[in-house]
Amino acid sequence: MAQYTLRINGVEHQIDAMPDMPLLWVLRDVLDMKGTKFGCGKALCGACTVHFDGVATRSCSLPVSAVQSAEITTIEGLSENGDHPLQKAWAEHVVPQCGYCQTGQIMSAAALLRENPSPSDEEIDSAMQGNLCRCGTYNRIKTAIRTASEK
Amino acid sequence: MKSSVLKSPEKDKETTIIYKPGRRDFLKLGSLAATGLILGVNFSCSDRKKGGEITELRSGAYLTITSDGKVIITAHRSEMGQGVRTSLPLIVADELGADWEKAEIVQAEGDEEKYGNQNTDGSFSVRMFYKPMREAGATAKLLLIRAAAGKWEVDESECDTDNGKVIHKSSGKSAGFGELVDLAAALPLPKPEEITLKDPSEFKIIGKDTPIIDLQDIVTGKAVYGIDAKVPGMKIAVIQRCPVVGGKVKSVNDKAALAIEGVLQVHTIEGAGIPPQLHKPLSGVAVIAENTWAAIRGRKALEIEWDLGPNAGYDSDKQQQELLEKTKEKGTVRRQRGDFDKTLKNASKVIEKTYLAPFYAHGTIEPPAALARVKDGKCEIWAPSQHPQWARDSVADALGMDVKDVSVNVTLIGGGFGRKSKPDFIVEAALLSQKSGFPVKIQWTREDDIQHDFYHAQSAQRIRAVIDKDNKVSGWNHHSTFPSISSTSDAGAVQPSDGEMRLGCVDFPYDVPSVRIETHDAKAHVRIGWLRSVSNIHHVFAAGSMLDEIAEARQMDPVANVLDMLGEDRSITFNEEMPQGEYDNYGENIKDYPWETGRLRQVIERVAEKSGWGREMPEGRALGFAAHRSFLTYVACVVEVAIDDRNHITIPNVYYALDCGQAVNTDRIRSQFEGGGQFAASLALNSAVTVKDGQVVQDNFDTYQIVRMPQAPQKIHVDIVESDAKPTGVGEPPEPPFIPALCNAIYRITGKRVHKLPVDLEA
Repeated sequence: MAQYTLRINGVEHQIDAMPDMPLLWVLRDVLDMKGTKFGCGKALCGACTVHFDGVATRSCSLPVSAVQSAEITTIEGLSENGDHPLQKAWAEHVVPQCGYCQTGQIMSAAALLRENPSPSDEEIDSAMQGNLCRCGTYNRIKTAIRTASEK
Repeated sequence: MKSSVLKSPEKDKETTIIYKPGRRDFLKLGSLAATGLILGVNFSCSDRKKGGEITELRSGAYLTITSDGKVIITAHRSEMGQGVRTSLPLIVADELGADWEKAEIVQAEGDEEKYGNQNTDGSFSVRMFYKPMREAGATAKLLLIRAAAGKWEVDESECDTDNGKVIHKSSGKSAGFGELVDLAAALPLPKPEEITLKDPSEFKIIGKDTPIIDLQDIVTGKAVYGIDAKVPGMKIAVIQRCPVVGGKVKSVNDKAALAIEGVLQVHTIEGAGIPPQLHKPLSGVAVIAENTWAAIRGRKALEIEWDLGPNAGYDSDKQQQELLEKTKEKGTVRRQRGDFDKTLKNASKVIEKTYLAPFYAHGTIEPPAALARVKDGKCEIWAPSQHPQWARDSVADALGMDVKDVSVNVTLIGGGFGRKSKPDFIVEAALLSQKSGFPVKIQWTREDDIQHDFYHAQSAQRIRAVIDKDNKVSGWNHHSTFPSISSTSDAGAVQPSDGEMRLGCVDFPYDVPSVRIETHDAKAHVRIGWLRSVSNIHHVFAAGSMLDEIAEARQMDPVANVLDMLGEDRSITFNEEMPQGEYDNYGENIKDYPWETGRLRQVIERVAEKSGWGREMPEGRALGFAAHRSFLTYVACVVEVAIDDRNHITIPNVYYALDCGQAVNTDRIRSQFEGGGQFAASLALNSAVTVKDGQVVQDNFDTYQIVRMPQAPQKIHVDIVESDAKPTGVGEPPEPPFIPALCNAIYRITGKRVHKLPVDLEA
């Protein structure tokens, strides 16, 4: 075990963890922040996406020892009142079905819009291809990203 | 409070009993509501497992209206993305005249005695509960009106409900439900003949777009799935399961595992052996740890010697070829009309084609996970279960407990598709809690999920179609062979069950004078289970592809060919043609839910119109068509495919027309069709599980692929037929016709027919 100081959603957390423990399990098991989901453990599905200094990152494959002083943002910290333009657009288009992958989808989309406020369809495809949705909500996700990007 | 009983008028068929719960029921409700108007609903409904025979099922789905005007509705079915936590309550709310914005939904625990059948599969929640939900709402409405009319000294026929209020129409006087509940609760329950249901033209919520109730929780990460369940002192377990089904642990060295920081205990789990069973764990070794990562690391450090058992030599590709060979032989006849052999003799053309489809895994993005706490002779479960009652019974059985001492709390389900009907993973959690003394959450990794699933069966099929001298289709002979789901609980089951055969095979609805459906033996060497739309997947791939070949042979347009083969509009049954029993019509009596070819014709005509069927397409693009009735819902589908010069397939448009009777939540019907199309695209284009040396080859989303956004069908247009026929389900019906429609479009572009899934244009 080693001690780490993590900056998550603007708050500092002191934690004890094995150095190779992925950030995902630190969030879920140590800090009890359950909005970030486990899907594959190999950075193949995107359910665990968080922002690492603003960049969409798969927390299941990021050892806690590699986080260091990076600013981490999770779905819990994306907006104060659940009213990020993407969260509003997601609600407007009733995107989710089971909803399990959606926090990861929203985090990927938020990183995209931050970099590129009005992405083309191809740019959306490319930014979102790492996020799987087994329920098949892809087209509504795309519509919601377009809606949010227009605002 | 007195418990009184009311019988509905149509009690000989489907009886709904509305009652006021007694004191014991209140205790069960806990803090939910101590005062107010509370109604229980007892459902009687057809139990599809018993072939449509009506059986009495007790249920206590409560409708509560509190003195502050809140309407609380218990959702007793499991939510996995189909929107059922919204669809069933909105039916109650509409009949009641409630303010939907103020409605609260409470999830029921798994309890057969109280809630009746909670097995959420087979696309049947709305179908089964539409009428009882309406009656519950209408009963409460009448009680509230009666209370208001008494108070105002007016005739109750002059009153109505709207938006959470009772309104006296002529004076405009109104009172909120909350103000009336005490008066209403003191009234005797109305007689059944006093209850009137709304005319569909009066619906305010039913038949419209209603957003799902969990929307805000989902987009903010607050929604609680099985994987998120937590109690104080909880530990995490992962299991190394025997790589071959039917194998077992010979010996285990857990020294290195126990040396890992955070690892607490190691336990051996006994498997069911062969047959593996649907509700029992596989043999394995469990590591219990303080957190998930320690458990995963501990598992890696285990040294296990396995006795791999009799399936160790199994090769799925080899079996598929053997099954294909068998389809050349005479099989067991499952349906017979006319004399196919005689038809053959008078043939002008015979088309004979084969179809192969692989094993599929469910790949729910939430892998199986469940929490169990065994304490003081009781076991409490939190699980993403499609079938909480089966989980409860299975846990009680495994722990040697009375069912009364086991409770199952149902969380949201992060994707079900049939996987989370099986309670095996919930039993694992319970056993480990019992063995360890801790509350234990079992966590499956993705590798566990892909390698130890209950797979959709691989299959081989052969269809012969006969065209006579008048260019009419005179014969259809369909051979189907695949390991049956029954094999998972009965090692002697080597033939597809009647239930599997009526999914797109024996229910061939076309007006062809000779039909012979045959099956062959197929042994299972892995666990077989049901996956969204089940055997319809492979059966309709074959039948829908063959119908397109027939059109070509007859030199007809594919849509015109199918409409011609469908014949005159009529209601059909297959009973007299089925030597082994009756056609079970998805568990519903064929008199109540007739098979009407006119409804299939209508959706075909509509999809042809909406898709612009027959229009000129640019090079490298084409439309493909197929239609099918499954789960009592009629669906026609046109898929537009584009293939570039690098053989890259894209799907610019998908057109669906469907008839599911009365629509309840049009937004969720569309979303199920959008998602069903995507799900089917994965089955057709990407996914396959293969087995070598008894072990599944694929292990994560790199080797078991599902569609990603760039490959996903880009626009899915959904056209819902307006109907006031009894509502039917929409979870599974989108899938079956999509696959042949896609394959038929591919043929139109490439000139090559698809005979094996997943599609491989290089093959």
